[in-house]
Amino acid sequence: MLELQNVWKSYRVGALGSKKLTAVRDVSFSVSRGEVLSVVGESGSGKSTIGKMVLQLIPPTRGAVRLDGREVTARRHSDRKAYYRRVQGVFQDPFSSYNPIFKADRVFDAVRESFFPGLKRAEWQDKVDRSLTSVGLEPGAVLRKYPHQLSGGQLQRMLIARALLLDIELLVADEIISMLDASTRIDVLNLLGALKERGLGVLFVTHDLSLANYISERVIIMRHGAVVEMGATGKVFGDPRHPYSRNLLASVPQLHRKWSDAATEFEDLEPDGDREADPAPLARVGADHWVAAAA
Amino acid sequence: MTTDAALNADVIGKRNEHLYFALRNPKVVIGLSIVLGLLLLGLIGPLFLSSSPTAYVGPKSEAPSADYWFGTTVHGRDVFVQFAHGLRSSYLVGFLGGGIAFVIGLTIGFTAGYRGGLTDEFLNMLTNVVLVLPALVVLIVISSYMEVRGVVTQGVIIGLFSWPWVARAVRAQTFTLRNRDYVDLARLTGKRSPQIVVREVMPNMASYLLMSMILLFGGAILFASMLDFIGLGPTNAVSLGTMMQQSMAWAAIHLGLWWWFVPPGLAITAIVGALYITNVGLDEVFNPKLREM
Repeated sequence: MLELQNVWKSYRVGALGSKKLTAVRDVSFSVSRGEVLSVVGESGSGKSTIGKMVLQLIPPTRGAVRLDGREVTARRHSDRKAYYRRVQGVFQDPFSSYNPIFKADRVFDAVRESFFPGLKRAEWQDKVDRSLTSVGLEPGAVLRKYPHQLSGGQLQRMLIARALLLDIELLVADEIISMLDASTRIDVLNLLGALKERGLGVLFVTHDLSLANYISERVIIMRHGAVVEMGATGKVFGDPRHPYSRNLLASVPQLHRKWSDAATEFEDLEPDGDREADPAPLARVGADHWVAAAA
Repeated sequence: MTTDAALNADVIGKRNEHLYFALRNPKVVIGLSIVLGLLLLGLIGPLFLSSSPTAYVGPKSEAPSADYWFGTTVHGRDVFVQFAHGLRSSYLVGFLGGGIAFVIGLTIGFTAGYRGGLTDEFLNMLTNVVLVLPALVVLIVISSYMEVRGVVTQGVIIGLFSWPWVARAVRAQTFTLRNRDYVDLARLTGKRSPQIVVREVMPNMASYLLMSMILLFGGAILFASMLDFIGLGPTNAVSLGTMMQQSMAWAAIHLGLWWWFVPPGLAITAIVGALYITNVGLDEVFNPKLREM
């Protein structure tokens, strides 16, 4: 459904854009309906930039983003609006996603104003209530409240409900649970799982491997803006081929292991080099499993 | 149900919180009363005064009396009539100059801060150029080239030169606010940039904008008085500054005609001072850390 082909993104920084910072290098992947694709990587690996490009908040420098085979990097405002009917996003910080001086349900009103201007008040209210119920919220408990009166989990679920008001096919979830506490986390994760069952594609951006393992069919591991390993979740996590993937897996804290037990041995990795150069090509090492050549 | 009602009350309380504290802040109340009182005098005073501020109505150089409340000038003009008309033109300059500077500063600040990139570099350069222009010198040059100078032209010129600091501050604020997720979310809802600036960014800096509006207003009045005082004021109207200038030109100090220059001087000081006091008071209202509970 959604496809990225050889996408690059460079930011111009410094006075008059004199310097260039390449955040994403030659990334290609696709997400299909009813699938959760996780993009995993450390800070600065370019994973959030990918989410932003898919949401058309920033344009790619090179390469193509396609939805059902059609280029989506739209020039016109109406094209973009049509795209947002099908693709929506939820961001990391629930408290930053709401304008703090307005009531939280303003995000629903904005959707009505943009996409359903003709709908009657009662019908709309009914639609909002159904959407809220479907994400496990009780409408009476969350409507007409200010963001600070609601919990992070409620706010994130309201944002998912907001996305579901539109008939979306793809949800970009950018670190949506990294700021929630453990018990709400699993609720929101399970909600994503339920959405996937309904045929929604989810691009799940995270730095947490265990979450990626829990929810996703396929996973992409990124480092320094490029893909180092990708494939089916079981294959990548069961048999990591790239040294960086192995390091990542080794660094996940486990429930029954203590810091004092034994120090984890990390492999040496190549340093961040010239980001303008083409990244190491991906080689197929098995069915639905690709690895970048480690230098 | 009862908890619901309590929550609603809490919400309403929050809405009116600023107004509540503003009306209980002595600085805001005193400052605003002075400003509004003088504004009222300037607005309705001239309606009740039959004579024109430039008419020779009475005896020359007379001290304040029941007939001429603020006395008369060397030429026999009524100082109170001049004062009421002068207040009117000073406020007009304040509104015009402050208003124009506010609109330009906001437009440039929001555009630069929200769009960023090359637009920002260019607008920032423009802002810096106007900021370091010696505004007084430029105004003197412009004013001395104009044959007939009116209050309106003066206000417009002041407005065109006093926006840079607002633009800079608004730009800096917009820079931080545009990276909030709710701005991205508004874009995902298909909102256009101007709409996002007005509806998401601007409400978050409303208190700052209110205060800069007040400071621009006061600044424009002060600047106009300065121009008037050095003889570059309106040629076809009376303002507080031209009253002072006239009194100096006719040696009011040496002749002991204190009633000629004290009222306008005091009024300028009172207006600008009261505006600054209001500003400090509003700062306490909007910033709970400064409130003395």
